[in-house]
Amino acid sequence: MIDKWLPDALTATAGVRSGDTVAIGGFGRAGIPYNLIDAVCERDLTDLHVVSNNAGKDDDGIARLVRERRVRKLTCTFPGTTEFHKQYLGGTVELELVPQGTLAERLRAGGSGIAAFYTPTAAGTILAEGGLPSRYGPDGEPAAVEPAKERRVIDGQEHVLEYPIKADVALVKAHTGDRYGNLRFRLSARNFNPLCAMAARLAIAEVEFARDPGLDPDDIHLPGPFVDHVVQVAPRLDKIFVERGGVR
Amino acid sequence: MTGMSSDALAARVAADLRDGWYVNLGLGLPTKVADHVAPGVEVLFHSENGLMGIGVVAPPGSEDPDLCDANKQYTTLRPGAVAFDSSISFALVRGGHLDAAILGGLQVSATGDLANWYVPGGLPGVGGAMDLVAGSPRTWVVMRHRDRAGRSKVVQTCEYPLTGKEVVDRVYTDLCVFDVVDRRLVLTELAPGVTTDQVRAATDATFETSR
Repeated sequence: MIDKWLPDALTATAGVRSGDTVAIGGFGRAGIPYNLIDAVCERDLTDLHVVSNNAGKDDDGIARLVRERRVRKLTCTFPGTTEFHKQYLGGTVELELVPQGTLAERLRAGGSGIAAFYTPTAAGTILAEGGLPSRYGPDGEPAAVEPAKERRVIDGQEHVLEYPIKADVALVKAHTGDRYGNLRFRLSARNFNPLCAMAARLAIAEVEFARDPGLDPDDIHLPGPFVDHVVQVAPRLDKIFVERGGVR
Repeated sequence: MTGMSSDALAARVAADLRDGWYVNLGLGLPTKVADHVAPGVEVLFHSENGLMGIGVVAPPGSEDPDLCDANKQYTTLRPGAVAFDSSISFALVRGGHLDAAILGGLQVSATGDLANWYVPGGLPGVGGAMDLVAGSPRTWVVMRHRDRAGRSKVVQTCEYPLTGKEVVDRVYTDLCVFDVVDRRLVLTELAPGVTTDQVRAATDATFETSR
């Protein structure tokens, strides 16, 4: 019998190791797997290569991973926090900056058996031609820069060769799940979550609601085979909702 | 010479939106365009984090934790709205399924290059800007004509790192409108009370006039 439910976030993250590449869903505060990220911190995991849209928002989620110096490298589209900027310039964290659509497609490719793809995005820019500092040295000068990517003119337009992202682990947040690992998301909380799960060898989902025996086949946004563990937990709410005494 | 106010500029851009369009609005000035769409013109606004059909910023007390826009603000939905994942969101963008991307700019060059994502020395962050300029059939830039120091933002060659090369189709500033035609800037419209000579004096890039 298939049963992907686990009792809590700490148990669900037992397979995550220091040094892993961890793809984490979420955009803004929507769809962030806060409980799973906290469990990674409680497990005291470090040296992580995090793949996500941002370096976090406020002081929890990925911002907590960064603040506690558990992140070795961040692959993202918009790091956007003072703490990350400080660590980047201080040479303690590496940055791989990726256009948002390219990040989505690299994750999708990573989970879909696609070896590489050409995209027009970033053609003619520093993100294709290389040179953006990926790491700073202790002297505050760039110690490494991004390499140039392969380019090719297709149908008269320059394109950039992009490789998939394959993660060791995905941490995702869904609205509803069932014991088969089928997931349903809600509104803008879907974002990168299904793509992160697809790209990972071990995909762990936290959900607000359990629907057993199973979600309706036509109501599933991410099929269970992409998902390994599911844990039902209360979602972490923004303080504006906590002050209001909850939501919905 | 005083140029248009931000609201007048946003209204000028909005006047060019057509009924039935799907449009992405960048942060800052472009966001204001949504406030000036004419009655009877139905435009659905795309938010690259995974929504089509966003409305105004959510009023205090009615925020939904699962509903934010690309600026990470709590937003609202309008009739016809759809939610999707980031891959579908950028298939819409890259695949040319939007009608226009209206973006802010740091600099636009004489050949239609756009720089709007990174001032070297700061923390780089690109978001979806490069995807939008690569895929949109119309890339319109709306920005002040000059920066705070009074320097022209319409330049011969961009100094800042590019978002895209030869991607801009039209530039709306507080002084005028330029179309980019065959990699050349053409002045097509002056803001009320502004002369061609004043635009010339305020502009670093060479441009042609449509008349």
